[in-house]
Amino acid sequence: MTTTTRADPNTGSPIANSLTAGRLPTSAPWTILGAAIAIAAAVFGVVAIGSGEGFNWGGALLVGALLYIPSIWLFSTLVEGERRAMDRLVTALVSGAFLLAMIPLISLTITVVTFGLSRFDPEFFSFSMRNVTGEGGGALHAIIGTLLMTGAAAIISIPIGLMTSIYLVEYGRGRLAQGITFLVDVMTGIPSIVAGLFAYALFAIFLGPGVRLGIAGAVALAVLMIPVVVRSSEEMLRLVPNELREAAFALGVPKWLTIVKVVLPTSIAGITTGIMLSIARVIGETAPLLIAAGFTASMNYSLFEGRMQSLPVFVYTQYANQGNPPEAYIDRAWAAALTLILIVMALNLIARLVARFFAPKFGR
Amino acid sequence: MSTATAAIKAKQRPGDRVFSGSAVFAGSMILVTLAAVALFLIVQSLPALVATTEEASILPTNFWAYVGPLIFGTIWAAALALLMAVPVSIGIALFISHYAPRRLASMLGYIVDLLAAVPSVVFGLWGIGVLAPAVQPAYTWLVDNLGWFPLFAGPVSGTGRTILTAAIVLAVMVLPIMTAISREVFLQTPVLHEEAALALGATRWEMIRTAVLPFGRSGIISAAVLGLGRALGETMAVAMVLSATGAVTLELLTSVNPSTIAANIALSFPEAYGMNVNVLIATGLILFIVTFAVNAFARWIVSRRKEFSGAN
Amino acid sequence: MSKRIEVRDLNVYYSKFRAVEGVTLEIEPRSVTAFIGPSGCGKSTFLRTLNRMHEVIPGARVEGEVLIDGNNLYDPDVDPVLVRRQVGMVFQRPNPFPTMSIRDNVLAGVKLNNKRISKAEADDLVERSLGGANLWNEVKDRLDRPGSGLSGGQQQRLCIARAIAVSPEVILMDEPCSALDPISTLAIEDLIEELKLQYTIVIVTHNMQQASRVSDRTAFFNIAGTGQPGKLIEYDDTTTIFSNPSVKATEDYVSGRFG
Repeated sequence: MTTTTRADPNTGSPIANSLTAGRLPTSAPWTILGAAIAIAAAVFGVVAIGSGEGFNWGGALLVGALLYIPSIWLFSTLVEGERRAMDRLVTALVSGAFLLAMIPLISLTITVVTFGLSRFDPEFFSFSMRNVTGEGGGALHAIIGTLLMTGAAAIISIPIGLMTSIYLVEYGRGRLAQGITFLVDVMTGIPSIVAGLFAYALFAIFLGPGVRLGIAGAVALAVLMIPVVVRSSEEMLRLVPNELREAAFALGVPKWLTIVKVVLPTSIAGITTGIMLSIARVIGETAPLLIAAGFTASMNYSLFEGRMQSLPVFVYTQYANQGNPPEAYIDRAWAAALTLILIVMALNLIARLVARFFAPKFGR
Repeated sequence: MSTATAAIKAKQRPGDRVFSGSAVFAGSMILVTLAAVALFLIVQSLPALVATTEEASILPTNFWAYVGPLIFGTIWAAALALLMAVPVSIGIALFISHYAPRRLASMLGYIVDLLAAVPSVVFGLWGIGVLAPAVQPAYTWLVDNLGWFPLFAGPVSGTGRTILTAAIVLAVMVLPIMTAISREVFLQTPVLHEEAALALGATRWEMIRTAVLPFGRSGIISAAVLGLGRALGETMAVAMVLSATGAVTLELLTSVNPSTIAANIALSFPEAYGMNVNVLIATGLILFIVTFAVNAFARWIVSRRKEFSGAN
Repeated sequence: MSKRIEVRDLNVYYSKFRAVEGVTLEIEPRSVTAFIGPSGCGKSTFLRTLNRMHEVIPGARVEGEVLIDGNNLYDPDVDPVLVRRQVGMVFQRPNPFPTMSIRDNVLAGVKLNNKRISKAEADDLVERSLGGANLWNEVKDRLDRPGSGLSGGQQQRLCIARAIAVSPEVILMDEPCSALDPISTLAIEDLIEELKLQYTIVIVTHNMQQASRVSDRTAFFNIAGTGQPGKLIEYDDTTTIFSNPSVKATEDYVSGRFG
């Protein structure tokens, strides 16, 4: 009697496809999620009425999502068995982890934009903080300082970083190359504040204690930037096929001209991308500049004389040394934060566009 | 068979010599820079190690009594951050590598990377302005209802700027790097292993448990250790968010909090003078040594993985 | 424009490993010489020692002498870069420079060496070289397009044009047709036939029909086993090698009994 339970294919489908038997319908997770959020909302609603405070949307969604995780597991265990239930539980947890990480990103974006826009005006970009107490004033001196110090850091680190990566890829053999690779790794891990302390200690030895200079800030940034440039350029140079080097050698081209005229042009898009990303990384550094370049309210165009303000430090000092009225200082801090994020995002975006559009095609 | 002929050397052209010379010079500059970092930090630190409270006003008694609580705070904050960031980053990495639709995956990865592009000072501002007020009610609830648990002992902080909030900010900041590394490793799982598990009737989770996680274990560990290195050295976010008193305590939710080395330097350095500067530099040296050890450990794991990985 | 190559008792090493042992042979000017033999017998390695390209691989070194018109390539004062300008090379896979146009690829040998050249001269050189490589008619309307846009066979002829543009004495070809289809292969073989009127050509090939079609002399290399050095077994006129070889191993190989 083994054939009695089989459905006759000619009479339509008296029972559903046997492969779907014992499974929750596709819509079940969404239904359960909706129910969980509804329950959480109800509870929060009661609390809100009871306490007389406003309804906490964020809390309701969060608790609802948390409620969903055990519920889907419970339903799935009852209908589909333990193994499927475990699978659904993990799916819920993993998706939850991603959504959880989105919360700070979205919250941060909204806050920076809403708070930042209130002082994102022409005055902010055309005035320094000299003789400004209270409202008004701007961050021009900080923007100039950031550009000068980041630029100087780039001028120091790009040649050193690029030549080091060339050494590692094209010349490096044996102990020295291994040692440099190791030290680049070490440098990657230097905490930014230690780089600031180093730059300060370096200049303090020659110029006496208490020294704060733009160039010291640039040196600190360069220490942080060099390993990033080396790593990314090295990766790009290694992507250049050896056949191209051999083709050039076979034409009687000396090694250095091969590197300058064949290897570098082939990888220039990737190298540019790496350099821009490294600039984007150091342009937001606060701690080393706070230590090595200090802060000031005035314009300073000279890297070699006096303290120099920068955008990240501007954000910090505006927040940390609030005057009267405090809102003016907080608003300036947010506006500078918005400016900084826009600069970093623009650098990232341009870097990725360069990588996409200027990469040579190894068509074969 | 003469061995003299083996010594034939390629004749060097002047251009080659200049170019390779400058490449070697640039490489050596890295050596010099790092040696200089170590040297200058040590030179400036040495006097602080034996300084007394008369010489340096920020020292309570001697240097080690000053730096002890800071070391504790640094490690405690980083450990808390890691405790939160490791499971979440593994979850995100799995979501991107094995759950999200293929076409969305790289976009989602890019979105997570955006978090890494946010400057730490902005995280600090956000931590004070948004996160601390948002979590403060939850802290109050925890202290009221779970106050018997030592970590949640009261009295609750009124501002929410506790070590736990700082650790949450740190966790968000180290998420991108940890996610990126785990994701790379998970994506390298041999497809054959995955298909073998699926062909045996494994659910997706069972496939991940049997094929992906064992393969990615060392990757997860090195991601965690690198994240730890970042969290140990992170300065501004902690300096801004944490309202530190310098105490040694495990309580997470009160207004009495330990400080971290990096945050303490950033807060104290602008006003420091005389021997106090040396003391702060000495704490920086200790931070440098700790992160160096942590990163060396991470690299060691990575290199071991390379040797034993069957995939590449 | 062609020179005679003499090799005397040449050993090639990769670090400790001896890859080629005791090769002695002479290559006549304006002839095509084919190197045949099973994979790993050192024929490509040996070819690369003829213009000191083996030095590019770390740890590779040479004992013995290679004379081009009586001048030893391995004299201590010899600049390998100048050697390579006299002895050009074409590789297994076509490798035009991806960042350069077809025209710039042909001029690469001149331009990469920072030599000044007038536009008229350059135009003339491009046309002569591409003409010499039987490619001029196919690409003359798109000289400014990237070289990587051509078909595999065209790319390989572009590489040959690039090699002859620096007017070498000798052209070495390392399995130039192994990545190409039969029609492109035929085009290259025709080209070799024409090039030998001006140049000394040495070609490594796995294809014995190709060796018998294009070459005047053939050298057969073999190894005793894995880890053993490769040796020159027999070197003779191509017709002799393929019809009446004096060594048993050569006969086995050319008749397809192994390898």
